Amino acid sequence: MIDQIQHAWTWLHSDAASAVLIFTTIKILLITVPLILCVAFFTLWERKVIGWMQVRKGPTYIGKGILQPFADVFKLLFKELIIPSEANRVLFYLAPLLALVPAFAAWSVIPFDAQVVLSNSNAGLLFLLAMTSMGVYGIILAGWASNSKYAFLGAMRAAAQMVSYEIAMGFSIVGVLIAAGSLNLTRIVEAQAGNGGMFEWFWLPLLPLFVIYFISGVAETNRAPFDVSEGESEIVAGFHVEYAGSAFALFFLAEYANMILICFLASILFLGGWLSPFPESWGLVGTAGWWWLLLKANFFAFLYLWFRATFPRYRYDQIMRLGWKVFIPITIVWVLVTGIMVYCGWLLPGE
Amino acid sequence: MQEIRNYTINFGPQHPAAHGVLRLVLEMDGEVVQRADPHVGLLHRGTEKLVESKPYNQSIGYMDRLDYVSMMCNEHAYVRAVERLLGVEAPERAQVIRTMFDEITRILNHLMWIGSNGIDLGAMTVFLYAFREREELMDCYEAVSGARMHATYYRPGGVYRDLPDRMPQYRESPWRKAADARRMNQWREGSMLDFLDAFTEDFPRRVDEYETLLTDNRIWKQRTVGIGVVSPEQALAWGMSGPMLRGSGIEWDLRRKQPYAAYDKFDFKIPVGVQGDCYDRYLIRVEEMRQSNHIIRQCVAWLRQNPGEVMLKNFKVAPPSRTEMKDDMEALIHHFKLFTEGYSVPAGEVYSAVEAPKGEFGVYMISDGANKPFRVKLRAPGFAHLSAMDEIARGHMLPDVVALIGTFDIVFGEVDR
Repeated sequence: MIDQIQHAWTWLHSDAASAVLIFTTIKILLITVPLILCVAFFTLWERKVIGWMQVRKGPTYIGKGILQPFADVFKLLFKELIIPSEANRVLFYLAPLLALVPAFAAWSVIPFDAQVVLSNSNAGLLFLLAMTSMGVYGIILAGWASNSKYAFLGAMRAAAQMVSYEIAMGFSIVGVLIAAGSLNLTRIVEAQAGNGGMFEWFWLPLLPLFVIYFISGVAETNRAPFDVSEGESEIVAGFHVEYAGSAFALFFLAEYANMILICFLASILFLGGWLSPFPESWGLVGTAGWWWLLLKANFFAFLYLWFRATFPRYRYDQIMRLGWKVFIPITIVWVLVTGIMVYCGWLLPGE
Repeated sequence: MQEIRNYTINFGPQHPAAHGVLRLVLEMDGEVVQRADPHVGLLHRGTEKLVESKPYNQSIGYMDRLDYVSMMCNEHAYVRAVERLLGVEAPERAQVIRTMFDEITRILNHLMWIGSNGIDLGAMTVFLYAFREREELMDCYEAVSGARMHATYYRPGGVYRDLPDRMPQYRESPWRKAADARRMNQWREGSMLDFLDAFTEDFPRRVDEYETLLTDNRIWKQRTVGIGVVSPEQALAWGMSGPMLRGSGIEWDLRRKQPYAAYDKFDFKIPVGVQGDCYDRYLIRVEEMRQSNHIIRQCVAWLRQNPGEVMLKNFKVAPPSRTEMKDDMEALIHHFKLFTEGYSVPAGEVYSAVEAPKGEFGVYMISDGANKPFRVKLRAPGFAHLSAMDEIARGHMLPDVVALIGTFDIVFGEVDR
C-alpha cells in the first residue's frame, strides 16, 4: 500500500506526469470554453427564436444583438452578491457550485467524433447518469439555504420532479444499453453505424424510448413546459429567487450546460451521434463527422425553444402523474420489447 | 412532539402573477391551499370621495382610471348616471358610437385578459399576439380622444366629438423600414370607420390564432378544466356578474336584459358556460371577442349611413362649439359657466349599470341639486369576484390560484377604487 503511494508520488513529480496533466487540462479547456461560449450564444439564439415566434425582434442593440450575451454576463458579474440575512451562508455559496460542477463534469465522456473524447470510459453511460443526478443537490441546497418560502417550494418541486424523471430517463437509457450492448458512448454510436444511414439508428426500434428520453430531458433540466421549479408566475423564480449576480449566473450556466448536454445525449444515443443520416456509399454527404453531431444537437436545442414559446406550464402534480403513470410504464414495457427484439435476433447488440 | 402547522405564504403585492397589487395571504398545506385571504386597498385612491368635490364633468377622467383595462365602459356607467339625473338623452349617433367603443373596449379587455391569463399559466406567446391587436384598437382610442388609455371621451349628453376622418399613420424610422410602414398603414389610409372595417374583417382570424395555441392544447385544458368551479347558486350568492356568472350557466347580460345605448339595435349572441370552470370562462371570453367584433361591424355600417350630431344641443349641459362661442354672447356665457362651475343636477338618486367586460359596473349617485354629486358609490365587478377567492381557492393547488386570479380578471384599479 505504502509502496503504491510512494510510487504514485514519484510519478506525479516526473516529467511524464506533468505532460499528462498539462495535456488533460488543455483538453478540458478545449471542451469547457466552447461549451461556455455555446451557452452564451444559445441564450441569444433562444431570445431571437422566441422573439421571432412572438412577432418581435429579440435583442438588437448591443453589437446588433450578437454581443448581448456578453453584456448580460458582465452585468451579472459586476452585480452585488446579496445573501439573505437568515440564509445558511456556507450552503448558499456551495449550492451554485454543486449545480455547476456535475453539469460540466458530465461533458468529459461525451464523444464529439470517432476518437475525439476526453475520457473514453467504458462506464460512460453510468457516469452520465450519476452526474446528471448530482445536479439536483445544487437545486435542493439552494432552495434550502435561501430560507425563503418560494425558494423552498421550488426546491421541493425540483427534487420530486428530477428524481421521478430520472427513472424514466434511466429506463430509456437501459433500452439503448440493451440495443448497443455497451455502456461506452463511442461504442453506442458505432453500434448505430451501417449501410442504411438514418434507418440504422436507434430512434427507429426504440422510438417510444427516444421520445420519452427527450421529454424527460426537458423535465430534468426544468425547462418549459415543465419549469415548475422556477415557474415565474407561481413561485417567482423558485429555487434561485434569492440569488443575484454571479451566483445566479452559475445556476444559469449550469442549467444551459445541462440543456445542451441533453441535446448532445439525445443525438448520440438515438440519432447516431456523428454518423451521417445518409448511407456511406453517397460520398461526401454520407461521410461521418462532428458536424452531424452539432447539427442534430442544434435540432434538439431548437425544440427546447419551440416548446417554450408554445406550451403552457404543467401543474406540479400533473408532471408527477405524467412521469409515474405514463412514462415509466411505457419505458418498462419498451425495455422488455427491446429485450425480446434482441433475443429474437431482430436487433443485434453491438452491430 | 412538535406541533405541525400549515405555513403561510405572501402571494403579492410584489408578485409577477398578482395582477397589480393583490396581496393574497395563503395558508398552505404543502402545495394545497387551505385558506386564501385577499387583502385589498393598496391601490386605494379615494375616487368615490374625490368625485364629491368636483363638478360632474371633471370626474369622467377618474372613471377611466378605475378599471384601467376597460376604460370607456366605466365612463359609460358614470355618464349615463348623470344623464339620467339630468333627464337628458344623448343623440342616437352618440349612442351608437358609445356602443361601438364599449365593444372595442370589451375586445381590449379580453385581449389583455387572454394574454395575461396565458402568461400566468406559462403560455407566453399569446400575450404578445394579443398585444399586437391591442395596439390597433388603442390607436382608435387615440384617434378619437388623443389618449391611448384614459380617453375621457364620453360626456353627459353625447361624446366629446365625432369620429375622425383620418387615422394616424406610421412613419419610417430606424426601427421601421419604409416597406413595413407602408404595409402597416394600409388600413389607415381612410377614415376611422374604414380602419375599423379592415380590423374587424381581419380580427376573427387573429382570434383563431389564439385558439390554435390554447383551446385544444392538452396542457391548457389540464390547467383550466375543472379548476375554480363556481356553481350557479354560488355565483349568485357572491354577486358575480359578467363572464363569471355566465360561465356558471346563468344567462345574464345587461346589454340584453336591460338594453342601454344602442344595444337593442344590433344582433349579437350571449355565450353561456356549462361547468362554471376556468375553461368555460375562457371559451366564453373568446366567444365574446367574436361577438363584440360582430357588433362593431354593425355599428360601423350604421355610422356610415347615419351622419348627425354627437352631442346634445342643450347648452345648459353641453358646451357650445368654439366658433359659436367667439361671436355669440349667449354662447360665451354658457361656455364660461360650464367650464367654471359646471352644471347643476336636480336632486335625486340613481343607479346606472353597464355590462363592462368584467361584469356589471354600476354607479350609484346621489345628487342634492348642486354642481357636484353628494355621494357616489361605484360597484366594481372585480371586488365581488375577489371576495369569493377564499371559497373557490380552498383545496386547489398554488398554481391553480394563479389560474383563478387570471379567470377572475381582476384589475386593482376598480377593486380598490
